[in-house]
Amino acid sequence: MYPESMLESIRRLEATRGERLKQGKIPLLDAEAKKALLKSFHPDYIETSMRALQVGPNRGERTPLEIADLLEAWPVVDPKRFDPDNPKFSVDVLVIGGGGAGVAAALMAQEQGASVLLTTKLRLGDANTMMAQGGIQAADKENDSPERHYLDVLGGGHFKNIPALVRALVTDAPAVIAWLEELGVMFDKTDDGTMITIHGGGTSRKRMHACRDYTGAEIMRTLRDEFKNRGIPALEFCAAVELLTDDSGACAGAAFVNLDTNELFTVRAKTVILATGGCGRLHIQGFPCTNHYGATADGLVLAYRAGARLVFMDTIQYHPTGVAYPEQIVGQLITEKVRGLGAHLVNVLGNRFIYELESRDITASAIIRECTERKNGVLTPTGRLGVWLDTPLIEMLKGEGAVKKNLPAMYHQFARFGIYMDKEPILTYPTQHYQNGGVLINDQGETGVKNLYAAGEVAGGIHGRNRLMGNSLLDILVFGRRAGRSAAEKARKLTGDKRAGFKHLIEFEAQLKSAKVPRSRRAPMLFPEYRRPQLQTPFAFANL
Amino acid sequence: MAKPGKKKVTQNEPASRGDFVTIYVMGEAYSVPRDLTIMKAMEYAGYRFIRGCGCRGGFCGACGTVYRTRDSYKLKVGLACQTVVEDGMFLTQIPFYPANKKNYEINQLTPDTQVLVRFYPELLRCIACNSCTKICPQDIDVMGYIQAAIRGDIARVADMSFDCIMCGLCASRCPAEIVHYNVGLLARRLYGAKIAPRAGHLARRLKEIAEGRFEPGLDKLIRMDEKELARLYYQERDIEPDVT
Repeated sequence: MYPESMLESIRRLEATRGERLKQGKIPLLDAEAKKALLKSFHPDYIETSMRALQVGPNRGERTPLEIADLLEAWPVVDPKRFDPDNPKFSVDVLVIGGGGAGVAAALMAQEQGASVLLTTKLRLGDANTMMAQGGIQAADKENDSPERHYLDVLGGGHFKNIPALVRALVTDAPAVIAWLEELGVMFDKTDDGTMITIHGGGTSRKRMHACRDYTGAEIMRTLRDEFKNRGIPALEFCAAVELLTDDSGACAGAAFVNLDTNELFTVRAKTVILATGGCGRLHIQGFPCTNHYGATADGLVLAYRAGARLVFMDTIQYHPTGVAYPEQIVGQLITEKVRGLGAHLVNVLGNRFIYELESRDITASAIIRECTERKNGVLTPTGRLGVWLDTPLIEMLKGEGAVKKNLPAMYHQFARFGIYMDKEPILTYPTQHYQNGGVLINDQGETGVKNLYAAGEVAGGIHGRNRLMGNSLLDILVFGRRAGRSAAEKARKLTGDKRAGFKHLIEFEAQLKSAKVPRSRRAPMLFPEYRRPQLQTPFAFANL
Repeated sequence: MAKPGKKKVTQNEPASRGDFVTIYVMGEAYSVPRDLTIMKAMEYAGYRFIRGCGCRGGFCGACGTVYRTRDSYKLKVGLACQTVVEDGMFLTQIPFYPANKKNYEINQLTPDTQVLVRFYPELLRCIACNSCTKICPQDIDVMGYIQAAIRGDIARVADMSFDCIMCGLCASRCPAEIVHYNVGLLARRLYGAKIAPRAGHLARRLKEIAEGRFEPGLDKLIRMDEKELARLYYQERDIEPDVT
């Protein structure tokens, strides 16, 4: 239910709807206009939001303060308290992370005959994968091709993406969709089996495949079921807090805390796959976020200490349309599919101001400009600003009932608060969504540290400086599968009998010391802190 | 607010302090701002979640919560991340509930009318009490799809159960000890793998990729510099019109 103060603007929006329907497409911005818009309004361009790192492989590179505080931090558990000589488990392939990338990697490694252990600090399947609503890209229609997909990905990433990674992404995409189809994922299809595909921001062909607006959830619950059916062992509520390395610096396992019992233990592995996800819960620049509770950049911290290089850490994706009202769900995702289905972005006056399917960084910047410089934002009772997404338009464009049919999760989420998005618009503002950068990998998922692999949001380079919708669900599966296969193949050639420990930390801690990093700064973070300051206590297992 | 970018984490700050309600978390009373969700209210009260908190967006089923309110015999239910506190709310979370799951190789199964009952024979114990439907925080007609499962209508079970987030509250209430969400999951996988027709265009594309048809084009593209790519992107890229 909207308060009276917001209804006036809704009436203006309704008054312009007929005209807007006839208006047609707003032209795409050219390269110069994009550059200028980003420079003035994208949060990445705020100078004071970043600092140059003083330690580690990316020393001297500008990084968001919240991430720098974790990369330049002391271990959360004193490594001396672990016993790497007596690991609790010894396996060929250790997968850290239980989202889409981790589970895909584990399935592939197991198919190669490797012994696999998967660990997660929450439950199996608790990950951003579960929350991805809109879709997954793949160039599998006749009017489309992997080359077209390639060019769209590069354009979205401002041509900075690592070419070999994009090539792997677009070439494997149809195989990933076929794999999911085989596993029983219920894609939206016509009666003859043709995939129903729509546009996403920055696509030149309609290649967004979806499962209603539960695309990620449907993929995740299917992969999780397959994982369980195959009897692959998993440790839930066990958080990785450090990697193990051997004398040559190669990765050889990891150190864990059981979050239920506070037990500390180690796992030896011939190869390790990091699939720990992104950093949404760091709330970069104070933004609310769309991310899962566990998205605290743990994998970046672990890999960085072991010597892995990171790339594109100075670019964060703000999703253009986070919830701006009601207050209780502020920052949660309103899928891009809403715009893909035809909803307009409309300011307080009832006017459109940007083509709705520009890439995400452009659209987000345009919304920020509308609400700040142009003062055309809609004010909420709690003092937030936002712009409308004219969702009733979807009913007019795609037929009555189209909102409920295509966006059941979204409809349900707003209906809980008395807002019916098939009849009323919804209010949005950009929200922190995705870590564009991450641990540098090659096209097999290998990082700069021997025997250490990375897949999913923790990895970087695929999306350059901005990811397109539908390429994240794709990337976690493409690179999860590749990392799983190559980590298993590599493990076959290794004996895994070298002594392992925390030698990599000696050099790293020396750097922390000379950079005068305060001892109170600890990482990985594991979970965000949402308690009131006077109630905050450290984890029971943390160093005091 | 607060210009974006100026304020530290706004996640849990009540809109107006001073407007408080009392909630009882597992019997213990806490005074919390009235506009918070159950999850944020518990954090305000000092809880740091390890279990019982997941996506915080209504998709993962980690935070199923049961509660009663004053002067009502009714047991109510909600996701802690999506439900706003009420004065006098007595609540507890059910972050885990033991469940029976069968293992299978999905592509070895035949999607006949018996397959669901064969794996989950307890389906036949359903007494149609509707407790599952009443407790579902996703407003799914759970009993309806269980009845469809008994009839062997896999497509109907798959469709009706689609919004399930597997929170497990249905299983916690069922007098017949059915694990509804695992039945729905099996039905959806069977539908996706065995009943829905396969996408012909996908198989054709896989064949083209295997034949290396796109390799020369990609070879060319990955060697292009930024300038050439930008020219292609801005000047030659045609966009498929939205009308079908």
